[in-house]
Formats: sequence, C-alpha cells, structure tokens
Amino acid sequence: MRAKPHLSFHESQPAQAGGLLAWLHIDLPLLSSLLLLAGIGLVILYSAGDREMVLLQKQLLRLGFGFMAMLALARTHPDNIRRWSPWLYGAGILMLCAVILFGELGKGAQRWLDLGLIRFQPSEMFKLILPMVIAWFLAEHRLPPTPSRMIAAGLLTLIPVLLIAKQPDLGTALLVGTGGAFALFLAGISWRLISATSLGMAALGPVAWYFMHEYQRQRVLTFLTPESDPLGAGYHIIQSKIAIGSGGISGKGWLNGTQSHLEFLPERHTDFIFAVISEEFGLVGILALLCLYLFIILRGLYIATQAQDTFGRILAGSLSLVFFVYLFVNAGMVTGLLPVVGIPLPLISYGGTSLVTILASFGMLMSIHTHKKLLPT
Amino acid sequence: MPLSSIKDYLHESQLFLGRVIVSGMLVILLLGILIGRLFYLQVENHDHFTTLSQDNRVKLEPLPPTRGLIFDWRGSILAQNLPAYSLEIIPEKVGDPDAVIRQLSQIIDIDEDDISRFRRLRKQYRRFDSIPIRVRLKDEEVARIAVNRHRFPGVDVKATLLRDYPQAMQTAHLLGYVGRINERELQLIDTSNYSGTSFIGKNGVEKSYESLLHGKVGLQQVEVNAKGRVLRVLESHPPQPGRNLHLFLDMALQSTALEALGEYNGAVAAIDIRTGGVLTLVSKPGFDPNLFVEGISAKAYEALEKSLDNPLFNRAIRGQYPPGSTVKPFIGLAGLEYDVVGYHQEIYCPGYYQLPGKEHKYRDWKKRGHGQVGMERAVVESCDVYYYGLARTLGIDRLHEFLSGFGFGQPTKVDLDGELAGLMPSRHWKQRKKREPWYPGETLIVGIGQGYFLATPLQLASATATLANKGRHIRPRVVAGIERADGSLQESPMIVDELHQFDPEHWNQIIDAMALVVEGSRGTARSIRSNDYRIAGKTGTAQVFSVKQDEEYDEETITKRKRDHALFIAFAPVENPRIAIAVVVENGGHGGSVAAPIAKKVMDRYLLSKGAGAISDAG
Repeated sequence: MRAKPHLSFHESQPAQAGGLLAWLHIDLPLLSSLLLLAGIGLVILYSAGDREMVLLQKQLLRLGFGFMAMLALARTHPDNIRRWSPWLYGAGILMLCAVILFGELGKGAQRWLDLGLIRFQPSEMFKLILPMVIAWFLAEHRLPPTPSRMIAAGLLTLIPVLLIAKQPDLGTALLVGTGGAFALFLAGISWRLISATSLGMAALGPVAWYFMHEYQRQRVLTFLTPESDPLGAGYHIIQSKIAIGSGGISGKGWLNGTQSHLEFLPERHTDFIFAVISEEFGLVGILALLCLYLFIILRGLYIATQAQDTFGRILAGSLSLVFFVYLFVNAGMVTGLLPVVGIPLPLISYGGTSLVTILASFGMLMSIHTHKKLLPT
Repeated sequence: MPLSSIKDYLHESQLFLGRVIVSGMLVILLLGILIGRLFYLQVENHDHFTTLSQDNRVKLEPLPPTRGLIFDWRGSILAQNLPAYSLEIIPEKVGDPDAVIRQLSQIIDIDEDDISRFRRLRKQYRRFDSIPIRVRLKDEEVARIAVNRHRFPGVDVKATLLRDYPQAMQTAHLLGYVGRINERELQLIDTSNYSGTSFIGKNGVEKSYESLLHGKVGLQQVEVNAKGRVLRVLESHPPQPGRNLHLFLDMALQSTALEALGEYNGAVAAIDIRTGGVLTLVSKPGFDPNLFVEGISAKAYEALEKSLDNPLFNRAIRGQYPPGSTVKPFIGLAGLEYDVVGYHQEIYCPGYYQLPGKEHKYRDWKKRGHGQVGMERAVVESCDVYYYGLARTLGIDRLHEFLSGFGFGQPTKVDLDGELAGLMPSRHWKQRKKREPWYPGETLIVGIGQGYFLATPLQLASATATLANKGRHIRPRVVAGIERADGSLQESPMIVDELHQFDPEHWNQIIDAMALVVEGSRGTARSIRSNDYRIAGKTGTAQVFSVKQDEEYDEETITKRKRDHALFIAFAPVENPRIAIAVVVENGGHGGSVAAPIAKKVMDRYLLSKGAGAISDAG
C-alpha cells in the first residue's frame, strides 16, 4: 500500500478530546443509532424466528462482520475510495458477466459467483459501486453535468442494472438503478429532464402491458387485487395486512403476535418482518422505529451537505437515499402499497448479504465526514 | 484558489444543498404516506383486521388434484399414481438443515444423491415450503421416524402419490415422464393452480396433455388450534381431478415391435390408416422413466446422456434419417401425375447414370445394371438409375411441391411435444441455408431419398398411410379419447387434409408395384410374403456418411456405426388398408432382410391375433 496522499485534519491532532473516536474516524450519532437499530432488530428477530437461538447467532455474526467492514471503510480516506471506483466498477461488470455466463451453464437463476472458498454476489456489491462510480465520474468536471456527460452517466447506470435484471434479480436491479438515479439527481440534472423521464416512464406502462406475457400480466393483476389469488402471491399480502391491522395502536406485545406465531405469515423473519413489528408493537412501536430510520437518513443527508468535495457529496447523498429506498420499498410491499419484490428491511431482516453492504455504505459516509481538509480562508 | 473557482464551488454546493433539501422533503413525504397507510390499517380498520386475525384460525389449504391416468387401446394402464411416503423438511422450521439431515441419517438411510437433490430443490423452493429429503420410504422406515418424531420439529412424513409407469422402458419416449416443477416452468404456469402440486409433465404425452392430466386445484378451509394443528374442515371445494387419457397405442404391438428390433437400435411407427391413430411408436433403446419422477441421480443421468446409443433421444419423432429408396413410390406417383413418364414406358439401366457433359457416374446399387426397366420393375427391384432420370425430368421444384403434399419436410403435427420436421430440400431452402444455388446433381440423389432429404420414422409412416388412403391425409394422433367426469369418452377430433384429386389409375399402379415388392419373385422384400393377407411395401437403405465428430474413435464400434440404416415402409391389407408402418433400423444394413421382417411381425400381430383386430374394427 502506498502512503496516504493527504493528512487528515483529525490525524494531525490525535490528542484532541474523543481521541479514540477520531482515530477510528467514527461518527458517533450514526454509529449509536445503527447499533440501536441492530439491537432492536435482534430483539424482534428473537420473536419472529420463534425464539430460535441459532438464527440470532448467525445474525450476530453477520452484524459483526458488517460493523467491521464499516470500521475499515471509515478509516479509509475518501480520495482512495474515489480512486478505486472505476477499477471496482470494471471488475464488477466482469464478474456480473461471469455470473450470467456460468448461470446459463447452470440453467437457472444464478446470482453467486463461486470463488472456491467464498461465494460472492457481485450484484450486491453494485449497491455501493454504482453510486461510487457515478460520483467519481461526475466529480471530474464542474456541476451541473453537460448533456453528454449525463448520457454517459446514464449508460454507466444502465449496464449493471440490465445485467442484474437478466440474472434475474429485479429487487437488486431496482435498488442499484435507484442508486445511480439518485447520484444523477443530486448532481443537479435539470428538472425538465427529470419530468420528461418520469413522463416517459409513465407512458411506457401501457406499452409494456401490451408486450407482457400472460403470466406477467397475471402478477400485475394479483398486485392490484390480491384477493383474487388467495393461494398464490396474494396470500402474503392478505396475511401481512391482517398482521399489521390487528396490531392496532399499541400492539399485541412482544412474542404475542398471533399472525406470526401461528405461522399464517410467511417469510416472517426475512422480508415480512415489518409486519411482525407492526403486529407486536403496534402503531406506536412502528412510528418509533420509523423515527430512528428517519434520523439515520437525515444524518446521512446532513453529512452529504457538509462534505467538502463533489465526490463526497454525491456519494454520501445517494447512499443515504438508497438506504431510504430499502426501507420504503420493504415497508410499502408489506403494507400492500407496492408490489411484492424481495427486498429486506434494512438491518432488521434476517440474513442477506445486504446487511454487510448497508453497514459498509455507512462506513463510507463516516469516512467522508471525518476526513476533512483545512480549507484555505 | 482563483475567485471564479470559489464562485463555482459556492454555486455547486448551493445547487447540491437544494437537491438535498428536495430529497429530504421527498423522504418525509413518502414516510408520511407510509404512516398514513399504517394509520389506515392499524387505527381505522383495526377492528376489521382484529376480527380477521381472530378468525384466522381458519387456514386455506390447497387440495391438489390427482393426475389423470393413461391407458392404452385395450385399457391396460400405462401411467398411474401410486401412494408413497416421503420424508420432507421445512427449512424455515429447522434451524440448520444440514445438522438435521445428519441426525436423520442415523435413523434411516440417506445417501449422497438424496442430499444433493435436497440442496438442488432447496434453491428452487421457498423457505417455508416442504422439501423431500427421502422418497419411497419403506414401512419400517416410516415407523422408525414416527418413534423419533418429537426430536425433529419441521420434519414430517408425507403420504404422496408418485407417478408410476408400469411399462417403463417400453413407453418411455411416447409417454414422457413427470418431474418436479423447475424454475423455468414456474414462470409459465398458473402458480395457484399448481399450489400443492410438485410435479409437471416434462416430455411426450405427459407434457403435451399437461393441462388436462393435471386438473384443477381445490381449496379447503380448515380450523386450526393455537399450535396450528388442524381441528376440523370448515368448507371444502374439491379439486377437479385430471382427465384420464386413452391412447390409440396397442401395448401388444409396442412390445412386439420392440422385441422384433432385437439388438438393433432404431424406431418403429405404425398408424391406423382409417383414423390416423398411432398404434405403435417405438424408439430403441429406451430408458426407465420412473427414475426421472423423483429426480434421477446425477451419475445415472450422466450415464444415459453420454451413452453412444443415445437412449434419451426419441428416434421415432426426432430422429431424422435419409429416407432412401422408400421415397421411390412417391416419386413414381409424381412422375405419373405430372405426366412426364408412362407406367409402362421403359428406360435402359446400364448400372450408372451420367448428367450430359459430366464425367461423374451416379451408381446404381446393382453394378451390372437392371437392363430395360419400367416403373413397376423400378419399384420392385428398386432401380436407382430409373429414379435418377425421373427426378431429373421432374426437377427439384416439382419434387419439392409433390413430396411436401405427403408431409415430407414438415412436422406431422402429432399431439406430442418436440417433434422434428425432417427436411425436404428446395432451391429456396438451399439459398437461404447454404447461400448456394441448387445443383442438378443434387436433384438426382433426392430421387433416391439421399442427399439433404431427411424424414422422421413417424413422417414415413404418415406418408405411407396417405398413400394407402389414396390421397386422404389424416393427421396422426396419439390420444384417442379423453375421459369425461361421468366416465364417457370424448373422442379426439380427426383432422383430414385431402390431396389434390389424382388419377385413381395412378394410385392403383403404384400400389400394385408396392405389392409386388413383397409378392414378386424379384421383390426386395419377398421374404415377408404372407399367405393370410397382402402387403404393399418398399425397402430402403440409407447411407451413413460419417461418424459424428464428438464420438470417440473406436475401431469396433465405428465399423458397426458406419453400416447403412435399413428402412422399410408398408401397409396392409392391400385391398382394405388398415395399418401403415415405417421401420428404421440403425446400422441394420439392408432394408429387405432386416427392417421388413420387423414390420411383418407387427402387422401379423395387428391383423392376425384375434382380440386386436376386432377391437380396432370397433374404432
């Protein structure tokens, strides 16, 4: 490793108060709220997983790994993160192609790349890599970007999104795509372009309907009227709505959710854990949880506004917004606002490599916030 | 830092700040919508959902339909459902499936194949689905699990119905088999109708009649106690069981054909001329379809896949062979119909044919030549030179048009999945596929059924039936009827295409010549002459030009595999045709000595044995 190119503000004054935190490059508000969220998650998982200790142990292990990734990235200088971005992007695209190639051979949906000892999910990495590379690309020049640079950035987004959608993993493709879109939005693409794009998307709906297979149309219809398919996809939604609604204002109490414990609610400790929380802790509990999420998101956005360079701003902003999309798509799906896509509730749902990537993204936020240059005055 | 760049910097951070504020507001707005939704569900509709949740002692359970049975023409069973016990695990309920499997394997046998199948299925199924770890448990094993059951929450013995094919090998290609629904199939089916069903037709009749055989799923509402155990059934909409299918297939003929093939690989297709019903459809070698039902082990599958005999390949509808001399009656008929040759008109055969101005000699199988031959002798003795000349006079365009009328080069549209079309070459085809013009020499070898010309055994049988029917082309079909709920039979429709009106005299002449192939003293199939009924037939030999490149070089097998394919088509009785048959014997050598006797045995069985004829007359 080469020596770090910049001496940071904090490193030059190690003796200051909070020396350890400064040395670790930790943002205390973020760290404490994340730890709180993870802790709440474990408590809920204990109930949702039918008091199964094995689940908790495995989840703890993943959390430990995630927090370590966070600490490592927090201590990495943002300039280094920026410098890696294009290389990581290139390597990531190659790995996505490899997954599709070997996936074809394996005749089925394949998201993992087997590297001997470790199995690796490249699509997951793109939740970090894409905001990084767009931020890197746009920070090369003055903002707002010129039309040609915007198109190039759009292409940088589209390539991995299409490759991931082909796996097929629509949930991840959606999250990766929004990551890129947020980066572009924050970089200041014109409102006219934004409204034109959203109008175009809306107009594409009927066209897409025309080209859809019968079974795809069926899925859309099931989303609109879940009652029509009580044995299929509608079942999840009907059951989770009952769970949430019956929770009421104050909830049925921890470990007392009938929907979840009588096994009416499928995937209750993974994608549908939001319904378990709503059932057992009621509106009050879920509002408290949403406040905690909101605090984390706003803290992330605040860090973005305080960042000193374009790269840091865009990266911090879009990572925070992707975190929000996780929350909103999952909660929207469980409450029946959005169609069923397999996206976990961040930091609470059991399993998923997403846990590690989310914590890693907060590591980057901390790195951006804690490595600051002294500005010339 | 220059002033302008500081200005830029300020402008940029202002722009960014604006965007962040917009984003923040959007976040709060969307969270507001979410909270509104939660308020709607948890406060406004709380009572409604509370009632539902209390009533939610009621669970909906799918009642999967039983799959329809398949019978042959005589009513003997070809595919049935046998009760079997399987041991299933719900991954969501057991913490660590691997550990549980290890413990289970101390109680009953669980081998590598079971574990690898479980892993494979686990990837396809959801966490709360029940996945089999062992199938076809013995009674003793069921008892042993019952005793230890308290140790294994989330592990259950399930009584299921497993598809079973009592005729195994004999009907493997025709019926196909069912297997577990895979991810790709899951995309294409109505998942509600398949909730509770784990199997789907993968091949053959099982696949092409999937929706009828499967039936419609039923629903039952059950009341459960606080532990989720079923207390009583509240309401039940029974499933609509799959429909039973009755085939034209006659197992007696099927096993006769298979036996008659002896050690050879090949295919036999026989069609009831009056109905188009497929009486026999044999592809040899076969395989045991029962192995595929619960997932074949990787090793066994590899052995089948890699075998040089290619047992998984359905030769009867996917094997594309050069039809050889079996096309001569059709080409003769074309000559008569286009009026380019008279039936009695003779040419001289010196043993070879040359295009004017060309050196190349197109050889006859008989080196010394046939001397003076008319159309009759050309069919009976299978004179190649006669047909080189006739084909050249007709030209490829007319050959293509005429033979296409008999179904060559297009799928027969039989009710089976995966049929191939064979190949009836034309100028247009060659230009499109090879980017080359058509050469006159290529027309000559089409005249003796070689070159690009390819046909499947079923196509040959169907064309023969059309010839026997004097131009009435009935689409071949496997399924004779579909049982209604009350047990009556809904007959499958007969689809008929009439060829253009040909001169009746021409049909009779060609059929007479084909009868002489069997009855004439110099006929190529005189060995199968029967005293009980009259046969019209035509022998053929197809050259095997080269071995496939992916096959290993092996002195012994290669010489065997280089030998010609023997072909024979026939129909009988000549006066009142009932059965048309096509036999292809791979590497069998000569059609007359190898393929014709096989056809004879099948026809004997159909026309002479007492039961068979009477029943099929009723149809």
